[in-house]
Amino acid sequence: MKITIASGKGGTGKTTLSTNLTSYLASQNRKVVLADLDVEEPNSAIFLKGKLKTEQVFNKMVPKWDSTDCTLCGKCAEVCNFNAIIDLPNEIRVYPALCHSCYACSELCPTNSLPMTPERIGEICEYDSDNFSLVEGRLDLGQEMAVPLIAGTIDFVDEKFDGYIKLLDAPPGTSCPVIEASRYSDFVFLITESTPFGLNDLRLAVETMRVLKQNFGVIINRYGIGDNGVEEYCQVENIPIVTKVHNDKEVAKLYSKGELIYPKIEHFKNSLDEIVEFIGGIK
Amino acid sequence: MKILFTAKGSEWSSPMDARFGRMEMMVIYDEESDTLEVLPNSETEAMEHGAGLQTAKKVLKHSPDIIITGNGAGGKALDILKTSNVKIFIGAGDMSIKEAYEAYKNGKLTEQL
Amino acid sequence: MREVVIISGKGGTGKTSISASFSYLEGANAITCDCDVDAANMHLLLDANFAHQQNFMSGEIAVIDKDLCTNCGDCYEVCRFDAITPMQEYHQVDNISCEGCWYCSRVCTHDSITMQQQKAGDIFISDIKNGAKMAHAKLGFGAENSGKLVAKVKQEAKMLALKEDKEYVITDGSPGIGCPVISSLSGANLVVLVTEATLSGLHDLKRVHELVKTFNLKSVCIINKADLNDDVTKEIEYFLKKENIELIAKLPYDETFTKSLAKAMPIVEYDPNSKLSIVIKESWEKIKNKIQE
Repeated sequence: MKITIASGKGGTGKTTLSTNLTSYLASQNRKVVLADLDVEEPNSAIFLKGKLKTEQVFNKMVPKWDSTDCTLCGKCAEVCNFNAIIDLPNEIRVYPALCHSCYACSELCPTNSLPMTPERIGEICEYDSDNFSLVEGRLDLGQEMAVPLIAGTIDFVDEKFDGYIKLLDAPPGTSCPVIEASRYSDFVFLITESTPFGLNDLRLAVETMRVLKQNFGVIINRYGIGDNGVEEYCQVENIPIVTKVHNDKEVAKLYSKGELIYPKIEHFKNSLDEIVEFIGGIK
Repeated sequence: MKILFTAKGSEWSSPMDARFGRMEMMVIYDEESDTLEVLPNSETEAMEHGAGLQTAKKVLKHSPDIIITGNGAGGKALDILKTSNVKIFIGAGDMSIKEAYEAYKNGKLTEQL
Repeated sequence: MREVVIISGKGGTGKTSISASFSYLEGANAITCDCDVDAANMHLLLDANFAHQQNFMSGEIAVIDKDLCTNCGDCYEVCRFDAITPMQEYHQVDNISCEGCWYCSRVCTHDSITMQQQKAGDIFISDIKNGAKMAHAKLGFGAENSGKLVAKVKQEAKMLALKEDKEYVITDGSPGIGCPVISSLSGANLVVLVTEATLSGLHDLKRVHELVKTFNLKSVCIINKADLNDDVTKEIEYFLKKENIELIAKLPYDETFTKSLAKAMPIVEYDPNSKLSIVIKESWEKIKNKIQE
């Protein structure tokens, strides 16, 4: 079973919830793995203090100029729609950060002067704790292609953790990265707050999930701070509310120290119980 | 000397464009013949990425001796520009082309390359 | 015209509430600009009326003409993104997977594939409740490259500011450290880093500061929820000192923040006499002085 935890914007408690849920499921002897797919800013490892087990370089394929037979015809630069290749009077320059790995330049080159070669864009780290695993995709600074690394991290988890409950902590937003993190899951939890802000973000996230034809439910975080807008919206749209996590400064305090919440706060644990029960009901 | 300005218009009084890669126009002043040549750079507007690279390539085709701009060229563009002997002067983003030229003449601009 | 850009690295630090408060305080003297296009919501706090809309076009996807397609499979062969599916009588493109690389259209010998520009979002100019205007946007579903949209929104805001002779552009920057935030920083006269007293707040502050440094921009900092964790606050202050960034204010953890959000108001409007509002007002004055330096 694969479940994505997503939210329209950052700071809604996505990481707090996914790290706590992972640890809680593990404490009940469930086989569980958490994948942190917020590859630009992964910080689940701050909360789940596991031991680094494996570290794997993640590459993307990019063309590399081989001058031997090159006639400097410029076809490569012409077919690259991402401006990743510049043909200068005496040389061809490749800019890997702009490359989408479409292979067009390499395969359409009449002299095979641009063989595709691996180039590091980040790494996939696996952490082990007593009873659960955490896998984290980490994009190198200055790299922009988050999607291939997200896909690679999910593949890594799929291969290594067959039969586990797989929780995917998605990056924020509604753009390509969150779509990649959601589209192949069995279910998506959308986390939001019960404020006009939260509702606005939720609407965008719901729109995204509907285009993906994805099954989803809503978790209301910091419940009690705002109005009833989110609940009313969910009712009208027929979206299940999985649980309401109550607003509590103590939660924020524990979070600020990088500590897990549920061992110390009962109402938070009750919310996790509701989530676990809900997961049990997913086909 | 051929001096290229990153600009938003085609006259001496036109404002400079602080951007290099996405400059609206290239205005090239040839000191010997005392003429201004104007080349629009509108194709970079539609580019999502790599505008700096394309602009740098285009700039080099006109082989200027000096480039005068505002914020300076980005890392990738700079990399392309380094393949020639062109010099870049920055800090003229808020000026008119005329003012930028004078500031350059009076040594008031910073050299980027 | 001077531009202040407010950024935070991570979400949820109160960046938008603070930006909207600055806009509200400066009133008709400023143009407001929301560059957080991924999850834009500053317009909620400022009662934007979406007066003008324009389409934002970006990116392309392949479109196969069923009638011209001979089902030869050349496009399917070359596509690295699994975006082409062979059907009974023709091939079909999956819009979500297509990267717009053109490879398929270049190899199709039957001219049955064309590349079509996509509408990737909307750009709006609105009248807002401080008596001035605001430029903002909504990124469409699955649209890539909000960096380009951010650049457009900023351009609109700056044009408005020039046309209407405003003294300030107040920009709510994009989150993260990628392309969008780089776009939102371009041309800034001052950067305000908003962080919070949490470990991840500190972590992200450091990362985003690295970025600001590479652009040689002057920056100041506001620590939100500063009383949440004294140790982290001290660590942030130490970092700021080391990096020579002026600390403008420390805001307390205060429910007024969320209460004003719930009422869709900037803090300084919701409770103008609260301690929080007073600190925010002082912060804005300090920021203005800093820009004039």
